Amino acid sequence: MSERLRVDPIACEAHGLCAELVPELVAADDWGYPIVDGRPVPAELVAHARRAVAACPRLALRLEREPRA
Amino acid sequence: MSDERLLAGRRPTGPLGRGAHLSAYGPLGPIAGDPPGLLALAETSGLRGRGGAGFPMGRKLRAVAAARGRKVVVANGAEGEPASRKDRVLLESLPHLVLDGVALAATAVGAREARVCVSAAMARALAAVGGAIAERRDEIRLRLEVVADGYVAGEESALVHALNGGPPRPTTVPPRPFERGVDGRPTLVQNVETLAHLALVARHGAAWFRALGTPADPGTTLVTVSGAVARPGVYELALGTPVGRLAARATPSGPPRAFLVGGYFGAWVSATEADALPLAHDGLRALGGSLGCGVVIALPHGACGVCQTARVLDYLARESAGQCGPCVFGLRAIAGAMAEVARGEGSRATLERLARWAGDVAGRGACHHPDGAVRLLRSALDVFAEEVEAHGQRGRCPSGERVARLRVPVRVAAA
Repeated sequence: MSERLRVDPIACEAHGLCAELVPELVAADDWGYPIVDGRPVPAELVAHARRAVAACPRLALRLEREPRA
Repeated sequence: MSDERLLAGRRPTGPLGRGAHLSAYGPLGPIAGDPPGLLALAETSGLRGRGGAGFPMGRKLRAVAAARGRKVVVANGAEGEPASRKDRVLLESLPHLVLDGVALAATAVGAREARVCVSAAMARALAAVGGAIAERRDEIRLRLEVVADGYVAGEESALVHALNGGPPRPTTVPPRPFERGVDGRPTLVQNVETLAHLALVARHGAAWFRALGTPADPGTTLVTVSGAVARPGVYELALGTPVGRLAARATPSGPPRAFLVGGYFGAWVSATEADALPLAHDGLRALGGSLGCGVVIALPHGACGVCQTARVLDYLARESAGQCGPCVFGLRAIAGAMAEVARGEGSRATLERLARWAGDVAGRGACHHPDGAVRLLRSALDVFAEEVEAHGQRGRCPSGERVARLRVPVRVAAA
C-alpha cells in the first residue's frame, strides 16, 4: 500500500500549514499555494504528512491510499 | 470533394423540421431500441468525444450504463469557446440530429431523462431545439436547459454543477459525473456534436463511420475556421486531414504566418508546420498541441502573434472560475507578463518568470483551464520567438497592428 498527498485546489486557501509541517513534500508557489509532491510518501515522512493533513483548516489536504499496481 | 455527413442535410433557410430531417438522413432502425447493441456499436465505431478531450464514447457509455441508480444524459451545447461555432450551427440547423443522438445515448445507458443544454448566447439554437423537442415523441423525457456562456461553463463538472442549482463553476473530481452527477445520479455528459455522430452511426454502422478518418481517430469532425480567410465558417472534414488542406478550402487571404489550432486552450502552429499537420487528437497532443474543440484560426503576416496571444491570455485569466489559487493568481501573472512583452517592456527576466509560472500553474487547478492557457502561452513563445525578440529590442510591437484578430467577448459586469 502506498500513500500519496493530494490537495483539493478548490478548498485550499493557502493557509500554508502543510508547507510548514512537511516541507519535504510541500513547497509554496509564488502566491503561497501548495505544490504537492504526488509521489508515494516515504515511510519516515508518513507521520508528518498525517500531521499536515490534520492541521489544514480547510481540510483541503488528503492522504490517499493506493493499492500497489 | 467534401466529407459532409453531419452537414449534408443542412439548409441555409433554417432548422430542419422532423419530416425534413427524416427525409435527409433516413429513419432510425431497430438498433434504436437495443441498449447492448448500441453500446457495442459505439465501441466498435471508435467514436471519440468532440467536446475537447476526445474520450472514447463507447467507454463512457459503458461506465454510465454499469453504474447504479437512475441515469441521466446531459447534452453539452454550452460552447464557451469564442472561436467555436460548430455546436451552435448543429443546434440551429440540425436539432433533430442532435436529439436523435441524445435519445440513442439515453437508451444505451438506461436513462429515461435527458437535459439538452444550450448556451444563453444562442437565441436561434434555443428556438430551434425547443421547436424540435415539441415535434418529437421519444420515450425519453427531453428537457431544454439554458446555460451560462462563460468560458469554463461548459466544462463537464461545471455544467453538472449548474444543473444542480449551483454556479457554473467546476467542482472537485472525483466523483466524476458518470458516478455522481445531476441530482447525485450517474450522468452521461456528451458534446452535442458527439451525439449527432452517434445518430448517424446508428443509421449506417461502424464500418461506414470508420471509412473516413484514421484508425485511432475515425470519422469526420466539425472545425470552425476563422481569421484571415475569405470563407470563415464551420467545415466538416475527415479526421487526419492536414490543416493546410482545410485552410485552402476556407481560402486564406494571403499566406498565413501561423494557425491557432484547437481553440484558445489549444496551440499555435507555424504555417510551414501546419501545412501537413493532420487534424486528429493523438498526433496534435504528441506535439504539445490539441485538436480541442475543432478550431482553426489563420493569423496573417503583418498581424502580431505576441499581441494577439497577450489579449487572449488576459481573457482567459478573467474567465477563471476564481476557485483555485494557482489559476487565479497564476493566469493573472502570466497575462500581465505577456502584456509587458507585447508592449515591448519585457526583459530576459520576464521571459524566465513566464516559463517558471507556466511550469508551476499547469495541472494545479480543479479543471484544465490553466493547462490550456499554459499550452497557448508556451506555443506562442515557441512559434513567435522572433517576434518576442523583436518586441524586446524595439521597445514596442514591430508590426504596430492594433486590430483584434482573435475575438474576445466583452462582458458587462453585473450590477
